[in-house]
Amino acid sequence: MNHILENGLPNLDHMASVLTQRAADDPDLLIVTSDSRGSGRVTGFCQKFPRQVVEIGIAEQNSVSISAGLASCGKKVFTISPGSFLSSRAFEQVKNDVAYSQNPVALIAISSGVSYGGLGATHHSVHDIAALMAVPDLDLIIPADNFETAAALDSYLENPRPVYIRFGKKAMPLFYTDHAKIEIGKASVLKQGNDLLIIATGEGLLPAYEAAEELENSGIRCSLVSLHTLRPFDKETILTLAAQSKAVVTVEEHSVNGGLGSLVAGLLMQQRLFRPLKIVAFPNEELVTGTQQDLFEHYGISKSGIFQAANALLR
Amino acid sequence: MNNKALKEKSILYRELTLEIITAANAGHTGGDLSCIDILNVLYNRIMNIAPDRLNDPDRDRYVQSKGHAAEALYAVLTERGFMPKEWALQVGKYLSPVTGHPTRNVPGVEQNTGALGHGLPVAVGMAVAGKLDGKSYRVFCLMGDGELAEGSIWEASMAAGNYKLDNLIAIVDRNGLQISGGTEEVMSLEPLQAKFEAFGFSVSEVDGNDLEALTTVLQSVPFERGKPSLILAKTIKGKGISYMENQANWHHKVPSVDQLHTAHEELQAEREALA
Repeated sequence: MNHILENGLPNLDHMASVLTQRAADDPDLLIVTSDSRGSGRVTGFCQKFPRQVVEIGIAEQNSVSISAGLASCGKKVFTISPGSFLSSRAFEQVKNDVAYSQNPVALIAISSGVSYGGLGATHHSVHDIAALMAVPDLDLIIPADNFETAAALDSYLENPRPVYIRFGKKAMPLFYTDHAKIEIGKASVLKQGNDLLIIATGEGLLPAYEAAEELENSGIRCSLVSLHTLRPFDKETILTLAAQSKAVVTVEEHSVNGGLGSLVAGLLMQQRLFRPLKIVAFPNEELVTGTQQDLFEHYGISKSGIFQAANALLR
Repeated sequence: MNNKALKEKSILYRELTLEIITAANAGHTGGDLSCIDILNVLYNRIMNIAPDRLNDPDRDRYVQSKGHAAEALYAVLTERGFMPKEWALQVGKYLSPVTGHPTRNVPGVEQNTGALGHGLPVAVGMAVAGKLDGKSYRVFCLMGDGELAEGSIWEASMAAGNYKLDNLIAIVDRNGLQISGGTEEVMSLEPLQAKFEAFGFSVSEVDGNDLEALTTVLQSVPFERGKPSLILAKTIKGKGISYMENQANWHHKVPSVDQLHTAHEELQAEREALA
């Protein structure tokens, strides 16, 4: 028996509406763009609050450093650029000017993962979790739906700190009915069952959810975790659920190297909690051409791919 | 503070810088000595900052983009009462709060620097914040000349001009040398004044080791309303120690015991000549 999830907006559109609401009461809330108003869905915000927008032009390094300076003077800064550029071209600025200097900037990575699909590897960011998890003092959040999106933004506004928030482009369904179950920094447990633990993040949550339903229909009881926050990393929930499960599958829109799967594997092994594990992610090679959906299907980041991976683990 | 007292401070800062470098057995000696007079004037005559109001929202900001000249900055911050005295001799030591490039662990340091080309864009952000808030503070940023090869400097310059940041004062420590030789041989920078002007700065050139000239130029910012100011401070790398002056190989060399002795003699002679 499958649940029908309600439709949500693309998370970026929801981000824009949340920021537009919050900016009305908070003149210190700023958006920094790098010619990214349209792709960041903040054209409306910019029209409504022109004094709360700092346009930097196509210069992502500069946009991050300038954001650091703004944040050091008390501004709450949302710096919007494609994840591919924000996490690689501007990596040193993120590492030094934001994280190391503890300037509380919210780095808003848009169109991340393979959202740009057929535009190719220059526009993909399947390295960003690996790169940024090696930078200390930088939180990392990947919201899956509109509720997680709002929670991520509000957690920054309530407690400004260096944080990278990674968004895709897809309209995701709603995995919650209200905000109450989401705590940034804590894994959200969407299903509980003792055969298999599936841990997914971001837009990987949708195929993970679909696969979990399919597995349940075939008699495999699943726990499903939305790990929206990769740092702080909720070790406790993962260890507790993994201990109750016979196998673990992780699902992410990222390279198999250094992402969610690597983090979970490292945690379980070092706690001597040995479980068969499958990391569902992109291989570390040049990806085939296609849309996000094409690439998800091709590389098994899909209902059927996860279903098969789970069955192989439990066989 | 009168001119003589200010000159004595430069001598003191040079002595303290050498002390810090010797204790750390590391440091960027040549570039420290070239910019000490600039720091002296900024901290003693120009900037509205004090150790008892580190977080005053109206304070002037100083960002040292040439983070490798940390020892010069530490010497000034120590003497001005920002940095605890005992820290000066702990730079880079095991578990020390002070590293070989400035961090915000040190009271008075606004931004962690060391990777070149980062200070100016951060200073631009601070200046934009000041404009947005209608505040009158200024943002001072000291750059090395070698670091001007970093593209981020020019991205930041473009933004400084675009946003008409007349509350931003960028200073180039134009000593003409970098680690492997003359700046014009490594990657030619000239015509620097025209380049910065083309990006929207109002530019003045000054002898960057002349305290009175520095005072005059820094008291006249902004040079033009609606434009960021840039000071091309012509300096001598290794300034004040005869055998270090204009020698690229003193970029990050630590003086030997004998060399240190000579340096102190020269500085003492300079002090006596003032009397």
